[in-house]
Amino acid sequence: MLKLVNIHKTFNIGTINEKKVLKGLNLNVDEGDFITVIGGNGAGKSTMLNIIAGTYFPEEGQIEIDGINVTKKPEYKRAKLLGRVFQDPMMGTATNMEIQENLALAYRRGEPRGLSWGVTKKEKEEFKSQLKILGLGLEDRMTAKVGLLSGGQRQALTLLMATMKKPKVLLLDEHTAALDPKTAEKVLSVTEELTGMNNLTTIMITHNMKDAIRYGNRLIMMNEGNIIYDVRGEEKKNLTVAQLLDKFKIESDKMLMV
Amino acid sequence: MDAIFSTLLTSSNQGLLWAVMAIGVYISYRILDFADLTVEGSLTSGGAIAAMIMTMSKEFVSQGAAQSIFMSIVSLLVAMIVGAFAGMITGLLNTKLKIAPILSGILTMTGLYTINMLIMGAGVGEPSNSLAFSGVNSLFAEFTKLLSIPKNYVGLIFGLLFAAAIIAVLYWFFGTEVGSAMRATGNNERMAKAQGINTERYKILGLMVSNAFVALSGALIAHWSGNASVTMGTGSIVIGLAAIIIGESIISSKFQFWATLASVAIGSIIYRIIIAFIMLAGLQAAYTNLLTAVLIVAALSIPIIKQKIKGKAKTVTVGNDNNEGIIKDANSDIVDKSQNKDDKRGD
Repeated sequence: MLKLVNIHKTFNIGTINEKKVLKGLNLNVDEGDFITVIGGNGAGKSTMLNIIAGTYFPEEGQIEIDGINVTKKPEYKRAKLLGRVFQDPMMGTATNMEIQENLALAYRRGEPRGLSWGVTKKEKEEFKSQLKILGLGLEDRMTAKVGLLSGGQRQALTLLMATMKKPKVLLLDEHTAALDPKTAEKVLSVTEELTGMNNLTTIMITHNMKDAIRYGNRLIMMNEGNIIYDVRGEEKKNLTVAQLLDKFKIESDKMLMV
Repeated sequence: MDAIFSTLLTSSNQGLLWAVMAIGVYISYRILDFADLTVEGSLTSGGAIAAMIMTMSKEFVSQGAAQSIFMSIVSLLVAMIVGAFAGMITGLLNTKLKIAPILSGILTMTGLYTINMLIMGAGVGEPSNSLAFSGVNSLFAEFTKLLSIPKNYVGLIFGLLFAAAIIAVLYWFFGTEVGSAMRATGNNERMAKAQGINTERYKILGLMVSNAFVALSGALIAHWSGNASVTMGTGSIVIGLAAIIIGESIISSKFQFWATLASVAIGSIIYRIIIAFIMLAGLQAAYTNLLTAVLIVAALSIPIIKQKIKGKAKTVTVGNDNNEGIIKDANSDIVDKSQNKDDKRGD
């Protein structure tokens, strides 16, 4: 479903701040995979997602989504293949616009936009039933501006927007990091429900090792711009946080000694 | 009493003609979040083009009222096209060459200065600082003759018609798929891109629509005053902002979109009335710019002062309640929190 081949990404090339973030990254994601990604700061997790989404372009390497080579495609053109939720709850929605207008924008992802109404009557009905799935009562506030919602409500809405067009790959960049624990849990359960319902191929970055083990069928650990640990199935299910921490320590020590 | 009434009348029709420009500025400044200084040039372009078309078709125009009105309409439409073109240049400079919004606008405005002089001098073959509607009736002059009512009333009627038509068109436009995508582009560019919106294209398109209305306003102003001059656009961006800010301080943005647009038009009229009455009180015209700047600062500071007063009141009265609220909220943040905050509008 998603293939990253030998991806190199360096920031601030030719300046004193030059930083190699991805160094020949390879990743093969199968259809229906739910991958959790962990790793320290600067490991290249977010950069990897941004490379997939087209926010950044790699100096070297190739990106394939659903068999299509998208390496050189601009972000807005790739958007029809992808769903995204950002870490910052302000980032994923247009706050000056109504809930239903935001949903309608997402509903037209990858479609040509013309001069017909931005939100149709039929869509309003559909959005209402979709919002009910979230269980937050947003279905009764469809004309409220998104700026009035709490961070958790916004992330849940962004999730719905990201998944409603059934993207080939769903990219979640620490989408619960800015929320309080209780809200984060609720948003994660909504995530599980929406991805499970549509059997979406998902990549989720998280700082929470417990969540990384609990969700998904595959876990990858990144360090210094590469994948240093890749585990799936039963083996992943049986992981403990302690094991994961050990693994992290051993691998990063190894890197230091080289 | 008469002086006051006629001042109100003149201010209203002037305000409405300039409101067309203010609405254009609203599109770039508020919807696209793009401080576009092209306006100062494109307003003049609109006036220059209108004057050029009217004077160059003098023979045709002087055949009769129908011909004159026809050419007037043509001059307004061509002005809009030229304005849209100016907006496109600024948009291309910003999106393709990555020049900052303010500088993109300044560059286009600077270039237009020469082009406007060339337009106004097209008839005589050399650049000119101004061009009068000599020997031709402007749109307003023609209708004043036709309806045999004072020119001020004609201005008021046309101003109302144009402002209402533009508000209606924009209300429709920003409700469409393209309009929604444009609003999203100005509101949150990253989000817009993630929703597959080509934000560069929508920025360019928005600046074209904005400057088309600015140039239309310039053409109307030229028709009203019977001439165009290279300096007619100077200070127009500030006048546009004054209209927007005065309008916003009077009509809350919680209302529907058409009301917001109407508030810009009302703001434009109020600005004219304020200036006119201060002039009436005996101030010289040279003070207008200083007055405008002070007026905008005053209007901008109102919400901040309001907030400060409110903030103080809150800490005094509900200090303890707040703490309890935080504990409660932590447990139920995602479900309730803002349920009583909004929906006052009762949709």
